[in-house]
Amino acid sequence: MSKIILIGINHKTAPVELREKLSFSDEETIAALEFLKQDEDIKESLIFSTCNRTEVLYIPETGEQVDKIIAFISQHKKVDISEFKSSLYIHKEDDAIRHLFRVASSLDSMVVGEPQILGQIKQTYRTAVENNASGVLLNRLMHKSFSIAKKVRKETGIGDNAVSISYAAIELANKIFSDLSQKSVMLLGAGEMAELAVEHLISNKVKDIVVANRTFKNAVDLAQKFNGQAVKFEEREDALKDVDIIISSTGATDYVLTETQVKQAMKKRHHHTLFFIDIAVPRDIDPKINTISNAYVYDIDDLKNIVESNIEQRGKETVKAERFIEEAVLKFRKWMESLAIVPTIKALNDKMSAIVEIECKKTLSNPNHFSQEDIEAIKRMTRAIATRTIHDPILFLRNTGDHRDDSLYLNVTRQLFNLDIPEEE
Amino acid sequence: MNLQVADMVLRITTVLYFISMTGYVLFLFNQKSIYQKTAFRLILTAIGFHFVSIMIYTIATSHVPIQNLSQSLSAAAFAIGCMFLFFQYKFDLKILGVFASILLCGIMLVVLLIPDAPVEKNAVLKGFWFYSHIILVFTGDAALGLACGTGILYLLQEKGIKTKSPGFFFKRLPSLDFLDNVGYTCLTTGFVLLTIGLVTGFIYAKTIWGRFWSWDPKEVFSVGTWLVYAALLHLRLYSGWRGRKSAIMTIIGFFIIIFTFLGVNILLGGHHQAFTK
Repeated sequence: MSKIILIGINHKTAPVELREKLSFSDEETIAALEFLKQDEDIKESLIFSTCNRTEVLYIPETGEQVDKIIAFISQHKKVDISEFKSSLYIHKEDDAIRHLFRVASSLDSMVVGEPQILGQIKQTYRTAVENNASGVLLNRLMHKSFSIAKKVRKETGIGDNAVSISYAAIELANKIFSDLSQKSVMLLGAGEMAELAVEHLISNKVKDIVVANRTFKNAVDLAQKFNGQAVKFEEREDALKDVDIIISSTGATDYVLTETQVKQAMKKRHHHTLFFIDIAVPRDIDPKINTISNAYVYDIDDLKNIVESNIEQRGKETVKAERFIEEAVLKFRKWMESLAIVPTIKALNDKMSAIVEIECKKTLSNPNHFSQEDIEAIKRMTRAIATRTIHDPILFLRNTGDHRDDSLYLNVTRQLFNLDIPEEE
Repeated sequence: MNLQVADMVLRITTVLYFISMTGYVLFLFNQKSIYQKTAFRLILTAIGFHFVSIMIYTIATSHVPIQNLSQSLSAAAFAIGCMFLFFQYKFDLKILGVFASILLCGIMLVVLLIPDAPVEKNAVLKGFWFYSHIILVFTGDAALGLACGTGILYLLQEKGIKTKSPGFFFKRLPSLDFLDNVGYTCLTTGFVLLTIGLVTGFIYAKTIWGRFWSWDPKEVFSVGTWLVYAALLHLRLYSGWRGRKSAIMTIIGFFIIIFTFLGVNILLGGHHQAFTK
């Protein structure tokens, strides 16, 4: 029976320098898949490479071919085996299946629960299919990994909690304002932190961006980058009238916005909600502003606290996800086992006998028409027809020949005769 | 005979309200949309049954069942149910069902527990102005009740965000803006209905007693309630009383309504008293 093997490195086993050296670009992946396809010892293969991991998932024709694959990686990436051998993990059979399911469900990610991984896995699968590198087994395995990933996302809270500062801030903004695309953002300070924060907000598409900075030139530069508008730092108080979210990251030692200033501004804006995100240390926004009605102030520590409690929550959901994965591994194993020759022939025979029995019962249900001998004869005949019908297919399955793919024909047979174990989805 | 049928349908209605509430509470805790959908269908059916019960009673006795306390409460529950359906359709604020179903169950429990006071036929309680007055005031109060519900949801969400401890409700409730918006719509809808309801009440009084205003305690308190809501809307529009302050005011306002609806009749009497015997 075919073996599923997975060899790889990830962020847990290798530092970023090594991961970079071993990462496959799209073109490299295609070339590598082409190379593996030519190899007679490798039946199916698939290469998965992101910034956090490089993994080769394959099914050998004979033996395990582990050394061959390691040599292949070294050769393709021009990295000496001794350099990465100690960082490699080699998973076989159920462990390989489990590992793949965990990766797809984002349990193995650096940030557990992050949603990008599934898209990356789908892309990997598409590349493998387009290049004919994967076959019956890996295709089914990949499809199962997609559905388990979806189930984990849907039925556990693993993707629910923001576990980075900027996501936590955006999540808060979304619980304060109903539609961020109608809201304007003001940046106080034009540093790198401000830029990072805005990039996240931009992906949430806010209405306007206003930048205020002590050095006006930097404000203009940053505003230009995000199609925003620059104002003088002294104008910040006036600008409060028209913006809804304030992200502050200046290097000032004093508060750049005080309670009195915001109280004034609140009147001018008819007490429409203001949300302050203060990522500066020392703080820029007077924490007393939080006591003003309809004004909310979160500093960097508040955000960190939320992130920490979210991470804790995520840990609990992981246990549930692991259980789903364990079930999926078992199910896949069952399917793999059914793909052997003997169980398939048995399933085929059982199916035919069942049909014969049902049809005989229907025809012979009225005993008055037939004598006992007739009944026996009809039964014998139908059984003979059934046996003969499947005789050739069974013979074919027993001798699929030297270089033919057993699992392919077994899978086709199971599908043609609808022999698969019904799955509860 | 028909009255017994009406009573039985009302009991079925109550049971449905309770099952629906269970569904909504389950939804509150584990957020599976199947619970919310089932609960919503149940409450929809319950409101349908409620309507049937009221119709059977009306046809059998040829007057609407708002002649004693139990009937008035039941009618109020029905009005809340209808307004809930309306706002649910308009805003799709699923979590509001938790509040609405709990409120409905509470009222229906009281309806079934208090004795059904004997009803005297009263020829005055008829006519276009009477029915307009009843329908508008009940639906208006119901909308203001839902405004109170969204106010409570707003305060729950606001507290978590203000104190920087997003907890149980953070994920389950929508944004503050949205809740404030829904509350405001409930408020304005309720206020408009109540205003017209009061006006039709005055006209009805004129047709029956020959005068618009008779210093009946209920009249005084109703106008008082109306003034509270008028003040709230004014403060919101001109002094920026939105968000938290507005939410607190809608909750207080609803307690005043409850007092006007029940307290005045029970404690102070007047010509509305018969409805709450």
